Amino acid sequence: MTAHSKKSNTWRAAAIAAGAMSAVLLLSGCTGAAAGSSSSDQGTTALSVGYVPKMLANPYFDQAGVGAEEAVKELNGDYVAVGPQVGAADAQVPFINTLAQQGRNGIILSASDPSALGQALTTAREAGTKVVTFDSDVEPEYRDLFVSPVPDMSLSKAMVDVMIEQIGEEGKIAILGASPNAKNQNAWISGIEKDIADSHPGIEIVEKFYGNDDDQESFDKTAAALQKTPGLSGIISTSTVGTASAARYISSSSFAGNVALTGIGMPNATKAYLEDGTIKKFVLFDPADMGRVGAYAIRALLDGDITGKAGDTFTAGDLGEYTVEEGGIVQAGEPIVFDLENIDQYNF
Amino acid sequence: MTEVAFTASATSGTRTYLTHALPLWRRTLLTHEAMIILSVVVVSIIAAASIPRFATPLTLSYLLLDVTPILLCALPVTLILVSGEIDLSVASAVGFSNVVIGWLFAEGVPIQGAILAGVLSGLLVGLVNGFLVAVLQLPSLAVTIGTLALFRGISIGILGTDSITNFPVELKSLANANVPGTGFPLVMFAVLVAIVLFAVMLHFTPFGRSVYATGQGIDTARFSGVRTVRVKFTLFLLSGLLAGLVGAYYTFRYGSARGDNAAGLELAVIAGVVLGGVSIFGGRGRIVGVVAGVLLIGLVQSVLRFMNYSSDVINIAVGGLLVVSVAVPLAFTAITQTVAHARRKTSTPMRAEESQHRKGK
Repeated sequence: MTAHSKKSNTWRAAAIAAGAMSAVLLLSGCTGAAAGSSSSDQGTTALSVGYVPKMLANPYFDQAGVGAEEAVKELNGDYVAVGPQVGAADAQVPFINTLAQQGRNGIILSASDPSALGQALTTAREAGTKVVTFDSDVEPEYRDLFVSPVPDMSLSKAMVDVMIEQIGEEGKIAILGASPNAKNQNAWISGIEKDIADSHPGIEIVEKFYGNDDDQESFDKTAAALQKTPGLSGIISTSTVGTASAARYISSSSFAGNVALTGIGMPNATKAYLEDGTIKKFVLFDPADMGRVGAYAIRALLDGDITGKAGDTFTAGDLGEYTVEEGGIVQAGEPIVFDLENIDQYNF
Repeated sequence: MTEVAFTASATSGTRTYLTHALPLWRRTLLTHEAMIILSVVVVSIIAAASIPRFATPLTLSYLLLDVTPILLCALPVTLILVSGEIDLSVASAVGFSNVVIGWLFAEGVPIQGAILAGVLSGLLVGLVNGFLVAVLQLPSLAVTIGTLALFRGISIGILGTDSITNFPVELKSLANANVPGTGFPLVMFAVLVAIVLFAVMLHFTPFGRSVYATGQGIDTARFSGVRTVRVKFTLFLLSGLLAGLVGAYYTFRYGSARGDNAAGLELAVIAGVVLGGVSIFGGRGRIVGVVAGVLLIGLVQSVLRFMNYSSDVINIAVGGLLVVSVAVPLAFTAITQTVAHARRKTSTPMRAEESQHRKGK
């Protein structure tokens, strides 16, 4: 209210603010200039990779980034991790555009949307940037390769095996999923159904319910499912959020000790329930493997060793040799079963 | 800035005092708006000179494409802020329009019909806001926070976790196309037309003056014959209409309709408007400043991304810029007024124009 009339002072203040900002940009501009153009001793073009997770400050994507950074360093390349704070469809677009403009020759990306990034990725690839997606794919025409964490079927099988270890070959179980529409959820759940139908005829899946990767919703749906289905022997959760929420409900209810719970889980978020005995074992993979394989795949694409077609093979450092599957897909690793013995080796 | 409306009526007869306290060049060049424009120029020059690969047509193209939705939403929101109200629901209106287009298109409605329905959906949000704020006279802050949540919820309810993506390729390429051989997106012609229309509306029409009058004091405005209800209602309708159009543009720019599209856009819009010198208390602000404010935010974001900073650092920079642009002029005014007060007490008599200036308050 007081500031409206004194223009002569307002401009002076704004001028100082603008000057200060210019100085900051000038200083940091000098340091930023070096990034895009580091040379290396690799015979061909130097590797320069941008890592774009769905969102920053997420333990899962941080762990994948650790793998990508290590591999890029092993290849004497330049590595930068950039990205948005939220998983909105368009939030990654400016970052991809910038990486392409900087002339980076590789992008490792987990896409928030299968098609919203299409135009940005196409422009980048036309300029010679190799695009490798991991964890969440885009439409195949927008990328060179997709690095899948593990074969879907092996993850489903690992979850079923852990459950059978606990409840035996007889019993009724339920499945807690993230959402009925997500591609990877459907693949994992149908994998579980197939494995049980093929190899464990004594097990009956009596219920499937979805918690939308939401803590409270998963908690409430678990409570409802257990109360309306008497005699349930176990729950398999294909949602990492759901596993922790279901454990939180079970550990504090009368079902504690009577219902077996397993599924996929994040080690740090699930550790407490291993320690209190609600969960005996759970399954996941090491996200860092996806980052490592992605970085080596970009090197192989740049060198022309592979083009992304089925049957191409490349070596990813210590991880060994990988073969591209139908649809330009590479499987980064195998499921890891976590229990009290090995949980302390992982931090994500 | 705002005195113009009053001095216009005082031109008849002989005056014994100056029309303006300051000469023309100081009034036009040494303003908040001019400083923001200067910042845009200075930052552009420094960035182009010091960052490799920055000065390309592609940078311009991406920058303009990225600020287009923010700029289009900021134009009506500027008028709403000048009138003393606020609209926080623009991003939800954009998202609602986007989802309606995607949903109808997926249901088999022709794309023209879907676009029309999308624009009308935006207008519907404006209608609801306008009715609650202008007619029922509820506080716009509370109303538009409510409609922000309401229409976002409806959008997510319509599509769930689905994402509609199979939009016509021609429309998608049109939304991303540049004038051949340049980095100037075609959509900017529409944006320029919108900027001119809103600038004329706010600065050169009776309606624009009634917007300022409403923002400077709604009771005075009403007693002076301004139809304040109609002014506010029109502004919210305009905001909804523009948000509906942006929703359509957004759909083809990204080729995607999702429940969470454009979430958080309202903060970028409000930041651009306030950085452009529009007072959150109403009655003050100019379109040119808002255009420069939005461009400055887009430019700073672009520069920081080029220097490999992530969104957390970028948000800190934009937030800092906003706080500085609001706080520093206020602080300096307070300091200089204290100094002037002390000086007046001790000796020097006031200059004539300065005393006139003070009486005007």
